[in-house]
Amino acid sequence: MTPITPYHYLVLSAALFTIGLVGVLVRRNIIIVFMSIELMLNAVNINLAAFSYQLHNAAGQVFAIFVVAVAAAEAAVGLGIILAFFRNKETLNMDDMDIMKW
Amino acid sequence: MLESVMFYALAAFILGFGVLVVTARNTVHCVLFLVANFLCVAMVYVMLGAEFLAIIQILVYAGGIVVLYLFVVMLVNLRRPPDAPVDTRRQSVVGFALAGAMLAEISAILVYSAARPVAAVATAPALPAAGNTETIGMLLYTDYLVPFELASMLLLVAMVGAILLARKDM
Repeated sequence: MTPITPYHYLVLSAALFTIGLVGVLVRRNIIIVFMSIELMLNAVNINLAAFSYQLHNAAGQVFAIFVVAVAAAEAAVGLGIILAFFRNKETLNMDDMDIMKW
Repeated sequence: MLESVMFYALAAFILGFGVLVVTARNTVHCVLFLVANFLCVAMVYVMLGAEFLAIIQILVYAGGIVVLYLFVVMLVNLRRPPDAPVDTRRQSVVGFALAGAMLAEISAILVYSAARPVAAVATAPALPAAGNTETIGMLLYTDYLVPFELASMLLLVAMVGAILLARKDM
């Protein structure tokens, strides 16, 4: 078995990112789309941690922490929007969320 | 050897739980698979020597964000799920095609950069002997002080926005 190099982590991160992308593009339930976005953000964090490990520089981990903070803000506001929308239209289907479409 | 076994097992769990998050029919199951995925990613962080990040991952993601998702899933209790897990309409085909193109692009970049490694960046000095948390704390409050303050402002704005959006009279 070959030793684990940062490339292994990059491949793992690319695969996880693609799974999240498939979820965003294919699923129509907006809560699941949000969870797929969290998967993609996690893939990015694995990338940052892998490079931080390879370059012996903790700055990558600092940026990963910023990503976590942005993800928390995004989840709070996004779920607030979902709740407000659900109260008005009783649906979670993204295809029905077209009232702002011209 | 042990590292390889750990890595491949964790990678299999992460990708497996990721696929389950995307394909599961019941939204509550999706959230629970998401927790499992986050815990496995935290173990990958430990393997990469990022202990503080692993703790943050468990506390903030698995503990905070996922509870938020669970609350919303239970508040918007639908009798029938809004969509079939994977429908075969044109939209899905296009979605899979686009995601495949993205994967091909990332793979091409990886293969290209593996073939011709960049000249090693002037190797930074190895991390000081201080613990991982102490190093990150020093960086956060010295080099990255302005981004840190901006992140705290962002969280404050998000908190105000979430409260405003969730009010009854919206």
